[in-house]
Amino acid sequence: MREGRFGEYGGQYMPETLMKAVHELSEAYERYRDDADFQKELDDLLNKYAGRPSLLYYAEKMTRDLGGARIYLKREDLNHTGSHKINNVLGQILLAKRMGKKRAIAETGAGQHGVATATVAALMGMECKIFMGQEDMERQALNVFRMELLGATVQPVTSGTRTLKDAVNEALREWSERVEDTFYVLGSVMGPHPYPTMVRDFQKIIGKEIKEQLMRAEGKLPDAVIACVGGGSNAIGAFYEFIEDRSVRLIGCEAAGLGIDTPKNAATITNGTVGIFHGMKSYFCQDQYGQIAPVYSISAGLDYPGIGPEHAYLNDTGRAEYVAITDDEAVNAFEYLSRTEGIIPAIESAHAVAYAMKLAPAMEKDQVIVINLSGRGDKDVAAIARYKGVVIHEQDTKSI
Amino acid sequence: MSRIRKAFENKKAFIAFVTGGDPDIETTAELIPVMAEAGADLIEIGIPFSDPVAEGSVIRQASERALKNGCTVEKLFDMVSKVRRLTDVPLLFMTYLNPVYVYGKEKFLNHCRQCGIDGIIVPDMPFEEKDELSGLCEDNGIDLISMIAPTSDERIYRIAKEAKGFLYCVSSLGVTGIRSKITTDMGQMIRRVREVTDIPCAVGFGISTPEQAAGLAQISDGVIVGSAIVKLIGEHGRGCIAPVTGYIRRMAEAIKG
Repeated sequence: MREGRFGEYGGQYMPETLMKAVHELSEAYERYRDDADFQKELDDLLNKYAGRPSLLYYAEKMTRDLGGARIYLKREDLNHTGSHKINNVLGQILLAKRMGKKRAIAETGAGQHGVATATVAALMGMECKIFMGQEDMERQALNVFRMELLGATVQPVTSGTRTLKDAVNEALREWSERVEDTFYVLGSVMGPHPYPTMVRDFQKIIGKEIKEQLMRAEGKLPDAVIACVGGGSNAIGAFYEFIEDRSVRLIGCEAAGLGIDTPKNAATITNGTVGIFHGMKSYFCQDQYGQIAPVYSISAGLDYPGIGPEHAYLNDTGRAEYVAITDDEAVNAFEYLSRTEGIIPAIESAHAVAYAMKLAPAMEKDQVIVINLSGRGDKDVAAIARYKGVVIHEQDTKSI
Repeated sequence: MSRIRKAFENKKAFIAFVTGGDPDIETTAELIPVMAEAGADLIEIGIPFSDPVAEGSVIRQASERALKNGCTVEKLFDMVSKVRRLTDVPLLFMTYLNPVYVYGKEKFLNHCRQCGIDGIIVPDMPFEEKDELSGLCEDNGIDLISMIAPTSDERIYRIAKEAKGFLYCVSSLGVTGIRSKITTDMGQMIRRVREVTDIPCAVGFGISTPEQAAGLAQISDGVIVGSAIVKLIGEHGRGCIAPVTGYIRRMAEAIKG
């Protein structure tokens, strides 16, 4: 397999202006990935700052209620900043520091990656600018304010569909303007090589911990690992350790939005075709002329028309399965987990919960499902209220 | 000698860009021959793309207008076939890779040859990935134009050695768009190219005034102008023929001295 390729997928399809930066990043990553000092610093931050290892929680009530496989939740939502995104950001910003970069930029959809980047940039004393689609800024106003509290500038993106895809476009444009002093902290396993490999390596700790923790709890491998997929970083992080363990089903849950038969979805593997965009060859939602399609999901984090190249490869080889979950199913799962286990999941992660709710009853009671709970749902409470037609007002009282 | 090489023979070349189908396909068809007549030596036709990451706002908006008005790759092929009967000016497609890939690489380049396209420029296909199209371009007699940028450094040698037609020298960091000042040392960039090849070097990105064009023409083999023309088309819509030809005349004069 060629470097940076997963079968035919991946590659480095970037404008010439950025190629030197892409190669410098690649070289720096190769140099530090096995460097003992770098790894120690990263491990320290993961353990003492981000709160790793994250819990593997046995969801007893959910298991009993669904009446099938035993269900575990990998609690990435308990990480500092509330999602798995911090794993990758700590790695990339440490790398940025070693490369002498003073400034970090990032795209964000739901705001989770933006918050994680703003957080670590604050910790490391780096200037930080986050690109966010204007529509997403409205959907995730709380996260916008969080990023600003952390000292980042949030740049609204008003081009195109004003969502995650357009935020990536703008971040790439900014990077090509400020390539000398700026490090692009890409949030998912996408973009040009080395990002898909590097981000996966920074996220694979999720699956590694799952394996150890489940071995202690159950003395066996899981029968299925389920994760939501937008670009696919939490999913590849959960899957990677198990790729060689053929008995473990790996299931990625895409956003079906209003339904895969409607134009309002973001189900890239289900509905997409192979194309070349955002630096990589992979599957994309697009029309017959190769124009990237406007996609939709209730979840800003899954609202992306592409998928990481390694997922495209895992799909083609049949090693992983990809299913589509609608807005309705995700919202139902969001409420279900909140009431059943007292855990409010991110609406992204709720897509994985929704599929587990379908799968578990059909499995044997001695089988085990692990759901990667990639993020917490505090950020989604207002959006879910809106979805349900509930009006929430926080009283603006001047006197205390 | 190819039409592209001929355009650089014994003179500085003026390369003019328009977004295909902006504001509509008929206007593009009308523009191309008169732009050639007014002094454009090569004409780049941008294939509109939904997500042109290397473009600034002017060309981005033109892409949006063209797509909104129903421009497709097929319609552009038809248009080019008709225009080719009216003019001998070398024609290039500037396109992102995805529309080519999804249309079918082989079919795309076949049609390019059949309708009289001389070269293609693919801004998101760097040297490392050019195998996607280089063989097919060669089979069809289409020049695959390479780009070098202010960040290319040592890459210049590798890229220039294998370049076809002419070398597109990007003058500035960032995306396309009008700039008041070009700060890159283009003379040095072109001297490095000259160490390995005598291929014509044309400078693009950010150029809009006759003064800028005249200055850059002195140190290069040609000047590429895009956003300034597209901006006029955006301002004048279907009435853009007269202002665009007037502008082309002024720029051609400045470039050719």
